[in-house]
Amino acid sequence: MQIPYTVSLRPDTGLFNAKLGVWLFLASEVMLFGALFSSYVFLRVAAPEWPHGYDLLNVPLALLNTIVLISSSVTMVMSWASLMMKDFVKYKRYMGLTILCGLIFLVVKAFEYGEKFAVGITPADSTFMAIYFTLTGLHGLHVVGGIIVNTYFWGPGSKMWKREPERFTNRVEVAGLYWHFVDLVWIFLFPVLYLL
Amino acid sequence: MSGTSVEEIKKHVRTYILVFVALMALTIVTVAVSYLHLSVGWAIAVALFIATIKGSLVAGFFMHLISEKKLIYATLILTFVFFIALMILPTSGYLDKVVK
Amino acid sequence: MDHVVTAGHDVHAAAHHEEELGFWRKYVFSQDHKVIGIQYGVTALLFLFIGFSLMLMMRWQLAYPGQPLPSEGFILFPAAIGVITLLVGRFKPSLTTLVGVLFLGTAALVWYLVSDETLMPGGIMLPELYNSFGAMHGTIMVFLGVVPLAVGAFGNYIVPLQIGAPDMAFPKLNMASYWCYFAGGVIMLVSFFLPGGAANSGWTSYAPLSVTATVGQTYWLLGMVMLITSSLLGSVNFIVTIIQLRTNGLTFFRLPFFVWAQFVTSFLLLLAFPPLEAAGIMQLMDRLAGTSFFMPSGLVVSGQILDISGGGSPLLWQHLFWFLAHPEVYVLILPALGIVAEIIANNTRKPIWGYRALVYSVIFLGFMSFIVWAHHMFLTGMGTVISAFFQTTTMIISIPSVIILTALFLSLWGGSIRFNTPMLFALAFLPMFGIGGLTGLPLGLAPTNIHLHDTYYVIGHFHYVVAPGTIFALFAGIYYWFPKLTGRTMNETLGKIHFWGSFVCMNFIFMPMFIQGLAGVSRRLYDGGEQYAHAQGVLYLNEVMSVAAWVLAIFQVFFIINLFRSMKRGKETSDNPWSATTLEWATPTPPPHGNFTKIPEVYRSPYEYSVQGHSSDFTPQFEPEKA
Repeated sequence: MQIPYTVSLRPDTGLFNAKLGVWLFLASEVMLFGALFSSYVFLRVAAPEWPHGYDLLNVPLALLNTIVLISSSVTMVMSWASLMMKDFVKYKRYMGLTILCGLIFLVVKAFEYGEKFAVGITPADSTFMAIYFTLTGLHGLHVVGGIIVNTYFWGPGSKMWKREPERFTNRVEVAGLYWHFVDLVWIFLFPVLYLL
Repeated sequence: MSGTSVEEIKKHVRTYILVFVALMALTIVTVAVSYLHLSVGWAIAVALFIATIKGSLVAGFFMHLISEKKLIYATLILTFVFFIALMILPTSGYLDKVVK
Repeated sequence: MDHVVTAGHDVHAAAHHEEELGFWRKYVFSQDHKVIGIQYGVTALLFLFIGFSLMLMMRWQLAYPGQPLPSEGFILFPAAIGVITLLVGRFKPSLTTLVGVLFLGTAALVWYLVSDETLMPGGIMLPELYNSFGAMHGTIMVFLGVVPLAVGAFGNYIVPLQIGAPDMAFPKLNMASYWCYFAGGVIMLVSFFLPGGAANSGWTSYAPLSVTATVGQTYWLLGMVMLITSSLLGSVNFIVTIIQLRTNGLTFFRLPFFVWAQFVTSFLLLLAFPPLEAAGIMQLMDRLAGTSFFMPSGLVVSGQILDISGGGSPLLWQHLFWFLAHPEVYVLILPALGIVAEIIANNTRKPIWGYRALVYSVIFLGFMSFIVWAHHMFLTGMGTVISAFFQTTTMIISIPSVIILTALFLSLWGGSIRFNTPMLFALAFLPMFGIGGLTGLPLGLAPTNIHLHDTYYVIGHFHYVVAPGTIFALFAGIYYWFPKLTGRTMNETLGKIHFWGSFVCMNFIFMPMFIQGLAGVSRRLYDGGEQYAHAQGVLYLNEVMSVAAWVLAIFQVFFIINLFRSMKRGKETSDNPWSATTLEWATPTPPPHGNFTKIPEVYRSPYEYSVQGHSSDFTPQFEPEKA
């Protein structure tokens, strides 16, 4: 017997397996980042003084990164829409752009970190810097993970389009859900760390 | 979304571009507000308000939450309840100081 | 594949496909939920044995503090079991032989630990080693033993069968889940060989002690990250499988209670574990990058103020740790309740009393378990407002627990009970779990908690829940489902010796702990309380408990022999030896790849025993209604 509902939708839930799976995974990710945000609040409330992010961090670079990441979210959803319109060439283009945006984000992030390390600022400096490096570092790892998955679907994984186009579209949709979540986390990280 | 027609997808694409513009605009607004150097309370309120709108746009349109199945909503509501508990309860230990 | 006609063809294809898989793909990197379940089961049982061995050595130190450990005995015990297992397996290449070798490995581990002169000068256990054994006993038992056995093994093997599914929804993730668990276990074991030994800051790893501890703590954190990843992959898989892969006619209120228990458990694992992962990452940062998440300003260690930025909070670690660890308690209990419900229904030959009440209770229990965690922290000075909140929720959560236990007790009423080995373990579970639960109430109220906190009373309380509670239920499950795995039953005589021996010993170990705890003996004393005036009157109990623990160990040999002997020489049985009603008994024995020969259809609720006007005393879920 084959495992049912890998492509088709189960009638009573209206979902295929992987979509439910990825949403559950994202639910756990909410709790992971939630715990770090909760720690941020907990430490900040207890602290006698808390610095302004914009005094210590590079806001223009972070703004650039915000724009890059939001753009990558749009190209991601466009790559899925291209597959829905059966346009594989466009899919390749948009997915390529998504991966490129992800890489740009990481490079900019590396510059930002480098700038800090160059003047001797490390996570050990203060609780603010500790939470800054931990949150952005963990988020960066999620970006790396997303890039790996997207590159697989852009390259070797895209062979599935010929054999099972519907299943491949589902896969890209699911990868997209993860990528948008990574964007979503940054949308909250940016003001919380840089602007407050 | 397997049953969606090409026409509908084209409509979706127009929405995506509108959402993109809105996200960019809100990003500029939130950075601009930070240069006003509001008091901490107001700054947090405004920043989180804008971030919530942006987040809702991403979740609603890019992640298609605006038209998702009940089961997904149920899962997310459950998660949200525990998320709130995680955000509020540890810090509420400081309530004693407020009460005093 | 909606048609039964094509299903037959698929089974043939699958069987053909299976023949092509080599040894490694079939038994080692298998994606079949049944093989993975067995892998989980064997690994978890071995870890239970290792965790138990650590405790056996600690009990020597508690009973005879400062006297040299009779190390030969503690080495020879696992070595002897290893030799017996090898003899049972006749040294042929088989699972039995592999386990025999692993028992010898355990003996070697013990030998390494007791022969280290820096930790055991002259055979006397140093406090550092005692602490390390304590921390690793807790970690191994909870995260590497009981949970993988209850969820990884039983959940993996039984859940897809009980819902009529061919496999789990994501077989590759399932395999990844096992190997993450395996890697986590290896990291934990490796940490014993590090300078300074394994983690020694308690299984709770409270900061700042854990942040300044030896390198073993870093390995503990890395191991935990692997284990958390493993259970995350597992829980996503379970939830999707239960929601999406239920067979035709199997509505949510026709699910066996065991599946419900696993369903709620998976949500607990999914949503409660990530905060501990976050906390683990922060503690790693504290240890490796010099941050101060959990380190307060002006912390003094060995008379020196630590050179750190400070500003962190030890309380934060406790909040995040218990945010996981309280739901984790229910992860330990719920699958056990599920197993016990199955066995009680089957062996009383009547439906479970109040099935719907059980289901609603287990859902409510799961929900509430997320908002009671700080009742572990009443003595931290976290504040009276929050303390009042958590006392209230703790009292509320006891209600569904009592409903479940009451329903299971009432299920016995008027049944014609079959007292076989699985049923004996299931029956013993009820009062043992009851004692564990009721002794928890004084701990949930701050005024009584002040007196009892961190005493042996706490140890007695949660061990009654987990040891003669959950572990008895897991033994019951092994005896009950063994015929489905092998087509043979386990030996009843050996099983009954195992049961009565374990039952008596368990109570001799844990009941005295309440007495010591009420006398105020702290749980963390390396000498068992010898130096304290208030402990003098109850010191003699240390020896009673230790001897009972060693005798308990000897009774487990009966189980090990029974398990491996019955695989080859047990009595052969039919596909449904217990005359049970749920779907796992509809498969061939042992279930082939793909489980069912045709897609099963479900016609009724799970426990239709002794239905009036029916020819037999059980009506399986998969038996069509007569026209």
